[in-house]
Amino acid sequence: MSSTTNTEVTAATGPDEPTGAGAAATTPPTPPPAPPALSPVELGRWAWRQLTSMRTALVLLFLLALAAVPGSVIPQSNINAVDVSNWKADHPTLAPIYEKLGLFSVFDSPWFSAIYLLLMISLMGCIVPRLRIYWRNMRARPPRTPRNLSRLPESRTFELDADPADALARTHAVLRRRRYRAELREDSVAGERGYLREAGNLLFHVSVLIVLVGFAYGQLFGYKGGVITVVGQGFSNSLSQYDEFSPGSLFSPGDLPPISLTVKNFHADYLTAGPQAGQPTTFSSKITYTDEPGAPQQHAKLSVNHPLNLHGVNVFLVGHGYAPVVTVKDGKGHIAYKGPVVFLPHNSTFESFGVIKAPDAVPEQLGFEGLFLPTYGFTDARGPFSRFPAALVPVLSLVPYHGDLGMDAGSQNVYELDKTHLKPFASSGPAKLGPTARLKLSPGQTVQLPNGAGSIRFDKVDQWVKLQVSDSPGKDIALIGVLLGILGLLGSLFVRPRRAWARVTRRDGRTVVELAGLDRSSGGGGLADELDELERLVSNHPPAPMQEHK
Amino acid sequence: MSAADFASFSNHAIMFASIVYVLAFVAHITEYAMGRRVPAAAPSFTSADTAAAPTSLLRREARQTRPASAASSESTANTAATAVLPREDAAAGSGAAALAVGSDGPEAVSDTRIEQFGRIGVALTVLGCLLHAAALVTRGLGSDPIRVPWGNMYEFTMAGTLGVSVMYLLLLRRYRLRWMGLLVTAFLVVVLMVDVLVLYEPAGPLVPALHSYWLMIHVTAAIIASGAFAVGAIASVLFLLKQRAIDRGTLSPRGYLARLPELRVLDRVAYRVHAFGFPIWTFAALVAGPIWAEYAWGSYWNWDPKEVWAFITWVVYAAYLHARATAGWKGKLAATIALIGFATLLFNFVGINYFFGGDSMHSYAGK
Ligand code: HEM
Repeated sequence: MSSTTNTEVTAATGPDEPTGAGAAATTPPTPPPAPPALSPVELGRWAWRQLTSMRTALVLLFLLALAAVPGSVIPQSNINAVDVSNWKADHPTLAPIYEKLGLFSVFDSPWFSAIYLLLMISLMGCIVPRLRIYWRNMRARPPRTPRNLSRLPESRTFELDADPADALARTHAVLRRRRYRAELREDSVAGERGYLREAGNLLFHVSVLIVLVGFAYGQLFGYKGGVITVVGQGFSNSLSQYDEFSPGSLFSPGDLPPISLTVKNFHADYLTAGPQAGQPTTFSSKITYTDEPGAPQQHAKLSVNHPLNLHGVNVFLVGHGYAPVVTVKDGKGHIAYKGPVVFLPHNSTFESFGVIKAPDAVPEQLGFEGLFLPTYGFTDARGPFSRFPAALVPVLSLVPYHGDLGMDAGSQNVYELDKTHLKPFASSGPAKLGPTARLKLSPGQTVQLPNGAGSIRFDKVDQWVKLQVSDSPGKDIALIGVLLGILGLLGSLFVRPRRAWARVTRRDGRTVVELAGLDRSSGGGGLADELDELERLVSNHPPAPMQEHK
Repeated sequence: MSAADFASFSNHAIMFASIVYVLAFVAHITEYAMGRRVPAAAPSFTSADTAAAPTSLLRREARQTRPASAASSESTANTAATAVLPREDAAAGSGAAALAVGSDGPEAVSDTRIEQFGRIGVALTVLGCLLHAAALVTRGLGSDPIRVPWGNMYEFTMAGTLGVSVMYLLLLRRYRLRWMGLLVTAFLVVVLMVDVLVLYEPAGPLVPALHSYWLMIHVTAAIIASGAFAVGAIASVLFLLKQRAIDRGTLSPRGYLARLPELRVLDRVAYRVHAFGFPIWTFAALVAGPIWAEYAWGSYWNWDPKEVWAFITWVVYAAYLHARATAGWKGKLAATIALIGFATLLFNFVGINYFFGGDSMHSYAGK
């Protein structure tokens, strides 16, 4: 059996390779002839060497940069969930593929994590042996003096009016003064300096790990939640109160501190003139809060860049908008809905979109969908629009619906009308306004719905603020890590590790000093100046004290 | 002066700054054009000595005049002399041109002229830079209320180009960058022109998110680092071009590339300038930025497109430093990585602001 296999292999190898046939005969028929069989241990060692090589580090760094790119181009669900769902709606074929690839949450995706974890392993594998070498080098004596100093990249030869021993002593003193670790030898001096460079480099690489630990800690135990609160209303810090909440994977709801707060007012200023009219200049909001139930109330003012910090939890003012207060009555004259309704702005003039739902209306439920325009404007081309972000001429422009709001089917988006079982009202106005009825309301105004279905009154305009409550533990660790990293970098990039040697010989009755140096930094350069300086110092150095006493 | 006065002074100052940069550019062009009449150095000065002391384009040229006019056998002796030259240069400040005058003949005279034009170029660049800085400061004073002058693309471009100009001048002496003058001034002129003609916006107040101490630190550091990276990118481009010309044997002795410092010097200058910029960038992108973000948005790292790209830039430059430190990867590969780094930087500034303007929380992108 085995002999047939062998002949087959021989045939396949062909007549040109008689030795190959011989080799094939002794090895099992596993093409191609692999590198000398590696034992698992050797294979592991080989893989480890590959992983911790500088080349791999470079490739992984590049991969990391490349892998971050989609995260900036494709909407990310932990940053802007709304954008993600819009994007998905717009790209029905791509969306499922992207979803599978984790492209909507690049920075938690397995492949992104794989890259940085590999990088971290590589980094550790790189640091540990280097630490060992560094430790050894730190205690090592300066390197042996090369036989031929003039072969080194930079060297000088000069004469000194002193005897050789004195010349050596002088050179030794100069090197030490220039902060070399110097050693006096038989006929030469050797010096080395710049140990801090490697130390800085190691510190930098260790700091990368520290930063990552701090960052990961925050990602795992931190949280970030957003809540829209109408001015005058309150908020207490529990999960159910949040409109959106993104916890770290090890976060537990019990970690939420029992803060509660009430939004007292909100104030925004806008530029009223000039080309940038409408651009906001200030936002601020006054709130009252208590740290824990029963604690005395305290006051605070929130504004952009000025959060409230409570027990490490930050409360930010991150957005604002309008909440028109409306009263909806049904066909029987009963109040079916009364209160502020949050409208979400979708451009810088605060033209805002929202829906009003009156599920209690009888005989049929009522719904409204439309725009809130803080400063009303109208052109035939554009239709109704907002001219300015402040509520100067507030108008509600709504399309009313009747039928079934579909709210029995469980939780529903408050910013959307489910129109499957809703019908618009027919318009009674001029035909050019279209077939469906559309209402335009100013504050204080009431409009009757067609067919006696009810009425809606625009009572007044309230404002809402969006508060973000977040906690990112571990940020101190990350910050310290980065600062140490920069310190390390400075050492790594700017300390010049150098070696210098001098050999003193006696030629024709004169003392000749040969001075040579080596620069071991990536930057190189400046070595010539250093040697010039050394030469100058040695030449001008006062004779050794021993001689002075003579 | 009222805010409006400051604002219009700023407009005038930036105009004058551009004009002065144009003049500086013309001076450097003249410097180069006059130099063309003298063949540039043959690649004879490859000794470690010359490499260790980067000399400016013109100094080297001055030295080469003698072989050009005298017997070619002298050129070796001349090269040997270079070991001494840089030291004399250092001692005599920038009086290198004087050395060339030693040999008489028409070329020697033109060397002094060339040197003069080079110096005029630098002097004009300094003047342009002062006007440029004045324009930026008065722009801030010209807004009501007074604020940091980087609220929109116009101002940011003005600040970024100032960063390039300042970095070039700051590193000029230390790394002897005068050979770069032609390209730096050309860059400044073109970008400022685009800025004034295309991006101009009248002075106005800042959006609230930009009112922050840390933002000021963050942007200042980012601008300084970007300036250094721009200077580094110029050195890397020139390195690659020269390397290619040498590889292909198309390096014309009278051409621009031949007048640049030796490859090794270009590579090293690029490294040093990048090494200078990298810690500053680290501080800007990974310390000041996150601290500001913590105050402005409640979490220090949000993976906002601008942050992502700042991070990408950081990683690419870290890769550059690695490549530069790896034997065999110096030179071409490292220079290419440096240019990729600069491309990510530019993309962050231009691309993100224009393509993702609305999405990015960094709202100075002109919408
Ligand atoms: C998170 C990833 C890493 C970053 C951000 C990073 C960054 C840096 C930086 C900025 C330098 C300074 C370069 C210089 O002194 O010129 C450096 C040097 C160095 N890195 Fe890394 N590094 C990383 C990972 C690694 C890994 C995994 C290794 C191991 C293979 C490594 C090995 C080295 C070595 C040996 C040097 C010294 C180079 C020299 O002598 O100049 N690094 N690194």
